[in-house]
Amino acid sequence: MKSPAAYADIIQYRFNPLEKSKLWLWKLVRTVLIAGFCFIILFPLFLRLSVAFRSKVDIYDPTVLWIPRHFTLDNIKIAMEATHYFSALLNTFLISAGTTIIQLASCALAAYAFARLKFKGSGLLFGLVIFTIVVPPQTIMIPLYLTYRYFDLFGLVKLLSGKSSVNLIDTFWPFLISSATAMGLKNGLYIYIFRQFFRGIPKEIEESAFVDGAGVLKTFYRIMLPNAVPAIVTVLLFSFVWQWNDSYYVSLFLSKVKVLSTQLMDMGSALGKEPDLVYQSMLLNTGVLLLTAPLIILYLFVQRYFVESVERTGIVG
Amino acid sequence: MFRKPLTLSQKKQWYGVLFVTPLILGLVILFLLPLIQSFRFSLSSIHLVEGGFAVDYKGWSNYSNLFTTNPDYPRRLTESVTNMIVNVPIIIIFSLFAAVLLNQKFRGRALARAIFFLPVILASAAIANLDISSFVGGSTMSGGSEGNGGLMQSFELKKMLTESGLAPMFVDYITGAVDRIYEIISSSGVQILIFLAGLQSVSPALYEASRIEGATGYEIFWKVTFPMMTPLILTNMVYSIIDSFSHNSINSLISETAFKSFEFGQSAAMSWVYFAVVTAILGISTAIISRKVFYYD
Repeated sequence: MKSPAAYADIIQYRFNPLEKSKLWLWKLVRTVLIAGFCFIILFPLFLRLSVAFRSKVDIYDPTVLWIPRHFTLDNIKIAMEATHYFSALLNTFLISAGTTIIQLASCALAAYAFARLKFKGSGLLFGLVIFTIVVPPQTIMIPLYLTYRYFDLFGLVKLLSGKSSVNLIDTFWPFLISSATAMGLKNGLYIYIFRQFFRGIPKEIEESAFVDGAGVLKTFYRIMLPNAVPAIVTVLLFSFVWQWNDSYYVSLFLSKVKVLSTQLMDMGSALGKEPDLVYQSMLLNTGVLLLTAPLIILYLFVQRYFVESVERTGIVG
Repeated sequence: MFRKPLTLSQKKQWYGVLFVTPLILGLVILFLLPLIQSFRFSLSSIHLVEGGFAVDYKGWSNYSNLFTTNPDYPRRLTESVTNMIVNVPIIIIFSLFAAVLLNQKFRGRALARAIFFLPVILASAAIANLDISSFVGGSTMSGGSEGNGGLMQSFELKKMLTESGLAPMFVDYITGAVDRIYEIISSSGVQILIFLAGLQSVSPALYEASRIEGATGYEIFWKVTFPMMTPLILTNMVYSIIDSFSHNSINSLISETAFKSFEFGQSAAMSWVYFAVVTAILGISTAIISRKVFYYD
């Protein structure tokens, strides 16, 4: 039972025109701001989409703003030819999907060890993992290239095949090896995310699994992994997307194998014979759209899980 | 033959070692050795010979060359570093603001969040390289109305701010931020995400208590939300600085030196100087911020 004074307060608060107008003003400002930011994010995307279907005539027609008058698929056709779209798409997909799954396994295992299976020196090791995030990739670029160019695992290759080294450049091996050893693109960050999440899972669940006779491995994939779905979704999305968009490692390790992001960078010269600069930039636009289209479609499906999972990831330090 | 069976904690330790074995292998082969090697390269000149490469020790000349004979390096280094220093605070302020907005309850919140995280997906070095040209194309095609509008707007803003007596430096900073709003929004996706996750973990009891004490929304933000967010501001700052590595001009210069003109030693020296500068910036900014950071314990 509230006192009459409390009710008076509530009435004053709820029906006070000043308070009410303040609330509505804030709501208005907030809506405008959010709508504005959303517009800024979406505008280039819509512009690209609209430009992609325009024919050459429409470029110089000032009355065409959004909806093309001469609807055409020529741009997409030319852009696809210039980038060898389908083979590049397949390569990109294979690399991204392969590294994502392998990275997920290696990072989750390592993070579980850092979170729960502490051993002597694990703190130091984790410090080194954080250090790998801080070091710019350019610093180890050349030795990394040379390592894969003359790949020779402690003389093991020489022992087995007699050759002094193997050349792994222009194969998928560099990506697979570096993700299997949790040294791929931004893997330190994934280990960090997983570790924070595993630390947030109550110890009691794990202990009861041990009491019931489960081994460490079984506890990991029967208890910890099912509980870590939000972290898994986040890492899956991040690693897939970043690997897909990455042009740095791809251009370092692959020169003959065509991947979307490098194809896009070379597209300008592939279109060299096109004299009209505006039309060329229009084609590049279409190329960008083709690169991101699979990702956007993917995002449409997973964004619900992603946005939900963000709230429980515990990226927080 | 009577070996004592391992206790559970010992067993766990061994499993721990087993689980990180791939990581250790990778850390040594793909990180530590290359790091040492890269430092060695930076002190020498490298040329490819048949079946491998030869390394000749040269001393510190690669480093001194960078600042005495190389025309591009000092300019690009300062450019990258200034860009980083200018952009990082704006990104952090913007992403905190956006996270606070997105954390409130309103209709269509899920949609707004989905749109705000879209830049995480669209951010790519390959696209960033093309962005400028495509924007030129875009504005010519749509009659240049958007481009002109944007210019006018920030011109008015500039005039207004200058007349209100703000120092010209700050005016340039603010209008610059407004002009680059797309760039800033598109590079703050992950930061918004981190702040949002943090905002959700602030205990509601704190807000309730401050409401009872009669704090206004403004006070609650500065006295409760902001202090609780300081650890994440640190995290985000480090992330933003690291993230700015991946798309700046120094990056391309280093790759070009290595793979177009094949001066591996020079390129290694470049990256080490860059690394040193970045580490110094990280160290200084962390030292400054972490004094203000609020922790529970």
